[in-house]
Amino acid sequence: MTASVTSTERLQRLLALVPYVVSRKSVGLAETASAFGVTERELVDDLNLLWCVELRAPDPYCPIDLSYEGGEIVVSQAESMGRPLRLAVDEASALLVALRMLAEVPGQKDRSAMSRLIAKLEAAAGEAASASAQVAVQVDISDEGAEAYAAQIRAAVTAGRRLHLRYYVPGRDEATERDVDPMRLHIVEGRPYLEGWCLRAEAMRLFRLDRVLSLEVLDVPSSPPEQAQPVDVDQGLFRPTPDDVSVVLELSVAGRWVAEYYPCESVSDLEDGRLRVVLRTPATGWVRRLALRLGEDGRVVSPPSLVAEVREGATAALANYVVLGNPVLATLRIVT
Amino acid sequence: MSKRKTERLLGLVVCLLSTRRYLSADQIRAAVPGYPEQDDLFKRMFERDKEDLRELGVPLETGLNHPFDDDPGYRIRQQAYELPELRLEADEAAVLGLAARVWRRAELAGAAAGALLKLRAAGIDAASLDGTDEDPSVQGIEPRLGTPEPAFGPLWEAVRDRRPVTFSYRGAGRSEPQRRELEPWGVVNRHGRWYVAGRDRGRDATRVFRLDRIAGPVKFCGPAGSVTVPDGTDVRELVSDWDSVPAAERTAVLRVRTGAGVGLRRHAVSVRADDTEQGWDLLTTHFTDVGWFADNTAWFGPDVVVLDPPDLREAVIRRLKGVLA
Repeated sequence: MTASVTSTERLQRLLALVPYVVSRKSVGLAETASAFGVTERELVDDLNLLWCVELRAPDPYCPIDLSYEGGEIVVSQAESMGRPLRLAVDEASALLVALRMLAEVPGQKDRSAMSRLIAKLEAAAGEAASASAQVAVQVDISDEGAEAYAAQIRAAVTAGRRLHLRYYVPGRDEATERDVDPMRLHIVEGRPYLEGWCLRAEAMRLFRLDRVLSLEVLDVPSSPPEQAQPVDVDQGLFRPTPDDVSVVLELSVAGRWVAEYYPCESVSDLEDGRLRVVLRTPATGWVRRLALRLGEDGRVVSPPSLVAEVREGATAALANYVVLGNPVLATLRIVT
Repeated sequence: MSKRKTERLLGLVVCLLSTRRYLSADQIRAAVPGYPEQDDLFKRMFERDKEDLRELGVPLETGLNHPFDDDPGYRIRQQAYELPELRLEADEAAVLGLAARVWRRAELAGAAAGALLKLRAAGIDAASLDGTDEDPSVQGIEPRLGTPEPAFGPLWEAVRDRRPVTFSYRGAGRSEPQRRELEPWGVVNRHGRWYVAGRDRGRDATRVFRLDRIAGPVKFCGPAGSVTVPDGTDVRELVSDWDSVPAAERTAVLRVRTGAGVGLRRHAVSVRADDTEQGWDLLTTHFTDVGWFADNTAWFGPDVVVLDPPDLREAVIRRLKGVLA
């Protein structure tokens, strides 16, 4: 992996390596290599390079003296390199922005560790911390219930208890009841999610907190089965499977948001700013509803069965307005 | 990677750190092995090396030892170079590890990893940083920030270095992107989306842009330090003001099939059985924007009928007819 490392990247590593050892008095080769993400051989190369540094004037001398006999690194002379370099602006910002975001995560009893750490890092970073004020992250907790649910979920995770959820599934317009062994509270793309083993689906599931209708911590220990492995959210929340149906949609300019909002397999430009998108989904119910919502701004092109369903849905919905008739509407308006 | 260059840069850092006096370029050439004999070659190489060190964040100082000196000298002040003493409690170290994982796979992941390396080098325990410790203060949460928009990298640099930028932007409902020139003041992630706020030079006004609507590359169009962020600017507030739609609250009456419209019932003010139609309920609810609420209602298809107000009913009927058109 280090084949692509530049001279300055390696310099950065060397500047950190000396203080890493100095601050620990002595430390093993294997442990150090893993902390720096290099092989032991690469680490030994680094140590040799440090040991060989020499200054020739005014008098020749070697500023760094170290040994790694028996696999234990000891630095006996480090001159002025005994402390790590200050945090750069990007480095300080990456940590501070993330910490300020963490402090916004709902359902925490104690945010004091975060505030203490933010204060310490700001002090240590000095000037470099100031740019981080220009980046902000706001977590979506607009839903009133989210804060309380998040607190309950974290308490249940800590205590190892099962949860009972009433959970809304918009694609089916259904309130579902399920027991879940909670594992983590995720914040992905600014939204809080509960991750846990769903006993009804017998699979790991992510639940959006703003779709939780009610939540109860049960007096039952949580016992997710061994195959309950955390979802790797870094791979994206939606992963199509071979069984999924391919849906092709054409969107007008006003409907382009669909391509931004839903993960699409492909997006291609048509004339006049229109888009053609392909979605893969295990169930098409939500796409039928999406098409009704989009009206003339989106059209299902394929599969044909879904095209027919959308037309039937629109026809039936319009029929309601005719059947009810205007006189009924008129009286109702007076009543309300 | 050139081993010789790494050696030379390392020698340069050690040399400049160990001096209190400013060293002239010639003194540096004499002390640090690896520089060429030829003057012009040395000069070019030394310039590049200084640039490399500054990019790493090494505080290279230029100055004169004596007011009568002709050429400036160089040094690195130990105090400016060193990360100050930093001690973390166990719960703070656990939070730090979690914070560094927030950027995993996103634009600032490398910067977060670099920061951790320095903090480890300062003696902070590595185990808790890896998340192998399950400290109660972080147990059970796993936040992530994504930066899938290619515009994030250059815009963050522009904000950090206070440089103006230009890009083409596809505004909502516009079919053709437009050229914009912006003095960026800050980037904000609101509810999972990235925005940039600043002064739009073409319109001479404060504007907010969504990063995912920027088409093509973001280019710098001025030197670093040439953007001034007005005092008291709160980029967070600018973005949330731009995003929120203040509007008068209105009331709708809907006829909803019994057992359906769960998403609407959640936010309803009142629900009662419809005496005139078996199998239907009457639902009263509040809304602000007709377009938004018509979208929301059409989603339920034949299970929901808008009775009132008429403009909402017309908006839903228009969508349904649009499907059949």
